[in-house]
Amino acid sequence: MTTTPEGGFQALKEEQIQQYLHDSIVVPEELQANVLVTTVDKIYNWSRKASMWPLLFGLACCAIEMIATASARFDLARFGMEVMRPSPRQSDLMFVSGTVTKKMVPAIVRIYNQMAEPRYVVSMGACATGGGPFKEGYTVVSGIDKYIPVDIYVPGCPPTPEALIYGLMKVHEKVERQSIQQVPWYRKERSEFVPIPVLGPDIFDPRQVQLIREHTLGEGAAQAATDDGGGITLKPNLLTAEQKQQLREIKARYMAAKQPA
Amino acid sequence: MSDEATMVAEEAPAVEHSLNDAVPGAIIGEWAEETEKALFVAPDKLLPLLRHLKENEAYDYLSSLTCTDYLSYGGKKRGGISERFDVVYHLFSTANKGGSLNLHVRVPEGDTVDSATSIYPGANLQESEVYDLYGIHFAGHPNLRRVLTWDGFHGHPMRKDWKEAYFEEDAKPFRSRHPKGGYQWQEDKLPWGKNATYPPEWDPETWEKPISYVPVSQAPHHKPGDIDTDSLVINFGPHHPSTHGVFRMLTRVEGETIIALEPEMGYLHRNHEKIGERNTWLMNMPFTDRLDYINSMSNNWAYALAVEKLAGIEVPERAEYIRVIMAEFSRTLNHMWGIGFILNDLGALQTPAQYAIEEREMILDLFEEVSGARLMCNYMRFGGVVRDLTPGWVERARYLANERLPRALDMLDRLLSDNEIVRGRGYGVGYLPPEDLIALSISGPMLRAAGIKYDVRKAEPYGIYDRFEFDIPTLSDGDIYARYYIRLLEAREAVRILQQALRDIPGGEVQGAPAYASATLDQGFGTIMGGKGGYTLRPPEGEVYHRVEAPKGELGFYLVSDGKANPFRYHVRSPSFINLNGLGPMSVGYKVADAVVILGAIDIVLGEVDR
Repeated sequence: MTTTPEGGFQALKEEQIQQYLHDSIVVPEELQANVLVTTVDKIYNWSRKASMWPLLFGLACCAIEMIATASARFDLARFGMEVMRPSPRQSDLMFVSGTVTKKMVPAIVRIYNQMAEPRYVVSMGACATGGGPFKEGYTVVSGIDKYIPVDIYVPGCPPTPEALIYGLMKVHEKVERQSIQQVPWYRKERSEFVPIPVLGPDIFDPRQVQLIREHTLGEGAAQAATDDGGGITLKPNLLTAEQKQQLREIKARYMAAKQPA
Repeated sequence: MSDEATMVAEEAPAVEHSLNDAVPGAIIGEWAEETEKALFVAPDKLLPLLRHLKENEAYDYLSSLTCTDYLSYGGKKRGGISERFDVVYHLFSTANKGGSLNLHVRVPEGDTVDSATSIYPGANLQESEVYDLYGIHFAGHPNLRRVLTWDGFHGHPMRKDWKEAYFEEDAKPFRSRHPKGGYQWQEDKLPWGKNATYPPEWDPETWEKPISYVPVSQAPHHKPGDIDTDSLVINFGPHHPSTHGVFRMLTRVEGETIIALEPEMGYLHRNHEKIGERNTWLMNMPFTDRLDYINSMSNNWAYALAVEKLAGIEVPERAEYIRVIMAEFSRTLNHMWGIGFILNDLGALQTPAQYAIEEREMILDLFEEVSGARLMCNYMRFGGVVRDLTPGWVERARYLANERLPRALDMLDRLLSDNEIVRGRGYGVGYLPPEDLIALSISGPMLRAAGIKYDVRKAEPYGIYDRFEFDIPTLSDGDIYARYYIRLLEAREAVRILQQALRDIPGGEVQGAPAYASATLDQGFGTIMGGKGGYTLRPPEGEVYHRVEAPKGELGFYLVSDGKANPFRYHVRSPSFINLNGLGPMSVGYKVADAVVILGAIDIVLGEVDR
């Protein structure tokens, strides 16, 4: 790249375009002004990475730095991602920006499941990555990657906007490496939803029910359950008779109160 | 009331106290420490005493209500009483400025305490929190439920005998990390690899989720002749762009009018208090950054002041000035941020906020220069600040305080204050009368927007605030517009203090007390972790409640020391959490879109709400 002001811009433009052109097909010189040859992967990935739609989703302190990144000084608009969407259906990049608590995890997993593929997750900051300073706490999840897959980890407490932008560059690089032939979201088989963790006496993953049974009830109980074919299943939460009665009473009280005097 | 408590009341030595004349038998013990004087109240006389204090002695403001578990307090009695739990009330008077009245009610496990909500409605959320974390039942509380954990959570986590999944030892530094090392990941020790414990005999397959009700089911009121409509519950959050984080509001609406609103929190409950009791005193300093993460400097200062009061540490002159400068810079940036986001909630998405936070970046640069971090400054220490200002810092700060900030505030005033939409949406919305605000323990700009001239900086001056000339602006309307405008006026006063402080700042030392104040990373790991014990701060036995005027309201720290290297109790009285007492009453009668702005004008930060 030349450094003179007049040649610089043209050179920069050519260099930037160069990476999206086909590696081996050479266009004849007389057509070079009009024709560019590229591959589906390159053009597909270029358009995807240049218009990411982040989810407007803040958890804690890191969200403040996320806002700062989107603001005028650091200007996320330079990377084509200034419009954040609050709806997971419209977005394809999720920043998990802050401490993940047990009470919040079901919501985060549900939001992740609602995002349309292709979707990417950036774990922003120490808390989302591994629990951070609050790791030992009793309602803190030590890392969102215990529940949903994470693409990029950005360290820091909180990461500076520069660090977050570097993380985004890494997401872009990851997008560029993907091939449309292999990406999971064009395969025949349906991609799996992440089971939503349940808030019991403490949070538990439905996939680990058997493991927890072994621990709380002893080996024998777990064995008995596997013998009669009980795999990793979780019963739906059916109401008991008392709970139904309770609900009926509440409804009756409500209806009675509603009657005009 | 249980038999034990009666027995204790009889055993206790006769206490001469003027309050016993008004309410006979109310005060059963006194425990005077050098720092704070504590009065022990007979559990059955609590309500009459509180009523007397509110009606006759003008103690109209219940600042803090919390609890301490004295299970492992070395068997020592305080004030002749040794029951396990100690419910602590800190009362202030907004009319007669001055210090607090500390009331303690000691109860054994399983006993109930009368709820103070009938006298101080502001006890509502705080009593729920004590119930959640300590399992103390408050008789007569309108809505006692778990606020920070969830329904069905096992145990009450702040009790001293409740151990978290990653429990290693009662106090840091943990032996597995220092000095020997050889730390093993906690996840690897648990079969499920997650930070969770399950009670023995618990079967996840037969377990049924308890139905939890958040009571927003207030019956709709119909006037005769009205069209009969049905009301419905609308849920906001926890993932919602206008809740300023992970906060949830349950609203019952009829048409578009809110008839009941219940806040639901705990989605960012990060266990500050449990972790704080394991940490050493100094290790809590960076955790205070993460309470109100917009103004870490104010939080640092509040905690440092509380510990200094407990341990009797002097602060040198220059450090006092630096602290005031940092706190007022953070007040300015908080109010500018708050104004920007009130406008965001009004629907002026992004643009006013971008203008409002332009100067914020310049202030953050100043913070970064002295502390190394933009947001989480961790800058103050007991007895000073961690390091001196960098060369040229004062000049840059003066430029900001004398030129940029006044100009930016004037610009915001010019752009927004006369805006028709701001006025139209703001006037008369979210009104609560001043006496209700005090009764609900609301603090900060919200009080002053309703005409109550109450500011801790003037009422109970701390630091060197008595040296500066500044006013406490008040407005009389108590609505959204007043809450917006009061922040602008307060930011101007903050700039005024900044100009004076930057003019007068003296030279000299920035760290008074040696050793533990100056324990920085450069001095080696052992110093901070207390390897030899020589540098570790061990305040004398006692308790302290210290409050400051943080940008969001009254931020208090209640600390109990048993003379060891770790706080025995570390409680944060956070303004955002207690101001939420007012959210329901303020929103009733307005539209759903107004509730968003009412929440925005309270100016909450979820790190501080849930702690």
